[in-house]
Amino acid sequence: MDYAATAPVDSQVLSEMMPYFSENFGNPSSVHEFGEEAQKGVVKARQQIAEFLGCDTSEILFTSGATEGNNTVVKGIAMSRKIWDEREGKPHIIVTDIEHDCVLESAKRVARDGLAEVSFVPVQNDGRVNIETIKSLIRPETALVSVMYANNETGAIQPIREIGKMIAELNATGRKRIYFHSDSAQAANYLDCNVNNLQVDLLTISAHKIYGPKGIGVLYVRKGTPLAKFMDGGEQEYKLRAGTHNTPGIVGFGSAVSRIKDYAAKNEEIRVLRDKLIDGILSSVSRSALNGPKENRLPNNANIRFEGAEGEAILVMLSQAGISVSTGSACAAKSLSPSHVLKAMGMSDLDAHSSIRFSLGRGTTAEDVNYVISVLPGIIEKLRSVSGSFGEPAKQPSSETNMFYSDDVLDRGGLPADLGCEKNRKTGEIKEE
Amino acid sequence: MYSKEVMEHFQNPRNMGALENPEAVGNVGNPVCGDMMKIYLKIKDGVIKDIGFETLGCVAAIATSSMITELAKGKTLEEAEKIEFKDVEHALGSLPPIKMHCADLSVQALRKAIKEYREN
Repeated sequence: MDYAATAPVDSQVLSEMMPYFSENFGNPSSVHEFGEEAQKGVVKARQQIAEFLGCDTSEILFTSGATEGNNTVVKGIAMSRKIWDEREGKPHIIVTDIEHDCVLESAKRVARDGLAEVSFVPVQNDGRVNIETIKSLIRPETALVSVMYANNETGAIQPIREIGKMIAELNATGRKRIYFHSDSAQAANYLDCNVNNLQVDLLTISAHKIYGPKGIGVLYVRKGTPLAKFMDGGEQEYKLRAGTHNTPGIVGFGSAVSRIKDYAAKNEEIRVLRDKLIDGILSSVSRSALNGPKENRLPNNANIRFEGAEGEAILVMLSQAGISVSTGSACAAKSLSPSHVLKAMGMSDLDAHSSIRFSLGRGTTAEDVNYVISVLPGIIEKLRSVSGSFGEPAKQPSSETNMFYSDDVLDRGGLPADLGCEKNRKTGEIKEE
Repeated sequence: MYSKEVMEHFQNPRNMGALENPEAVGNVGNPVCGDMMKIYLKIKDGVIKDIGFETLGCVAAIATSSMITELAKGKTLEEAEKIEFKDVEHALGSLPPIKMHCADLSVQALRKAIKEYREN
C-alpha cells in the first residue's frame, strides 16, 4: 500500500538489465567493441522513451532520478545566460505550493541566491491548481512555469494540458518565451505523457515509480530550451549532464517504459480496488474523510484523515499488522512538520498530522484491500481511546496551548528545527511563527 | 526505529485515560508538531495517589506519556518534579533523537500539573 514511494523492479525489466552488469559492461562512450555493445543498450532505451514521450531521442537526458531532473530544470533556467540576456536581468519562476520538495527547495535556493524571483501558486481545497491563478502571476520576465502532473501525496491530477495550451498561446504573441515544466514522476504509470499533447518544454520522470530500477531518471528537454549545464565534466548527454552512463539503469528504464501500455487494464483494476478501499474505510471508521479530489485523482491513491489519531501512530500499528503506508505528516521521516501539501489545501495542522496515504500498485489484491478494511477500525479506535478528550469533536484543542521545551533538549538537537516555532530563551516558551 | 520498551508502552499504555475530579491537570503540546498531552493528578498528603494521561500524538508521544505516569505514581510532588526527560528516555531504553522532545513534553506536562496544584 505504498507503491507511490517506490515499486519493485518488474521481473522482465530485471532480466533485460542483467547482461549490462557484467557481460556488456563497457562504457557507452568508449569507441571499442565493449563500448559499442553498451551503447546499443542506451540507444534502444532512448528510442523506447522517445516513443513513450512522443519526442526526438536527442531531447532525452538521463539523470540520476526525478530529484536531479527537477533540480536541473529550476536551477538550469535560473542560471541560463540566454534567459538572463533575453530579460536583461533576473528571470521570474512560477511553481505551485504542492510541488515535491526537490522543486520547492530548488526554487527557494535560486531565490535566495539572487538568481530568480519566485512566485508560489496556491491550490484549491481539493489540491488542484487553478489555471487563472497561474495566469495572473505571469509577468513579462517569467521564464519558467513548473506544475507537477499528479501530486505524490493526494494523487490530485493537475490541468497540465490546459496550462500548456495557455502558455503556448501567450508564447505565440511574441513575448519572451515562457518554458513549461511538469514533474511527472507519479503520473507516468497512469497518464498520457506525450509532450506535444501536453505542450510541455520540460518533463521529469523516474524509473523506480514505474517498476524500473532506482537511481535513474529522464529529463525531457524540448529542442532549443536554454538550460545551464547542471553537472560539469565530460560531454555525455549532449554536453548537458556529464558522468558515465548508468547503462543497466538506462536499459531498465527503457524496458519499464515500454511495458506501461501493457498495464492499462491492470490500472483499471487498481482503480476499482482503490475505490473499494476508500468506501470501505470511510464507511467503517467514523470521523474519517478523504483528502484531495474524488475525480481527477490518480487511480492508485487514497489519502485519508482520521480525527483523534496521529499519522505515525497509525502507520506503526498498520506496519505491525503487515501493512505499509505513508503519513501525510512527515513525522516518521526526518521532519515533524505537517505535510506542506495538505497545509496548502487549507487543512489544519492536526488534520494534516492525522492523515495517511495508501497507494496501490500492480501487486495489490482484493484480499489486501479487505484486510486493511478489517484491521483499520480497531487501530483507530485504540488510538482514540489513548487521545481521549483531544480526539473528541467538540473538544478540539486550541492552538493557544503552550509548548515548552527545556534547554537540554534543545541543545541535544531534540527539537525539530523546521516546526515554524521559535523558542523564547528567557521563558522557554516556544511560539509559532 | 523504536526500542522494545517504547513499542511495549505504545501498545499497552499504562494509566491511560482521564481521571474523574482530578486535583490538577497539566495540558501541553502544539498542533504544529502534532503532539498534545494531558496529565491528570489525584494528590493526597503531597503524594501522587493516582495519575492518568491522554495523548494525541506519535508513537514516542504515547510511550513517553505512559512511562512518565509510571515514574511519577506514588512519588511525592517534590520527587515527581525532579523527573527529567533523560529519566523518561532511559526508562524506555532509548528514543530516536528527533523524538527526544516527546520525553520533554511529558516532563513538562507533569510539572505543569504540579504547578497548577500548588497555585490553587
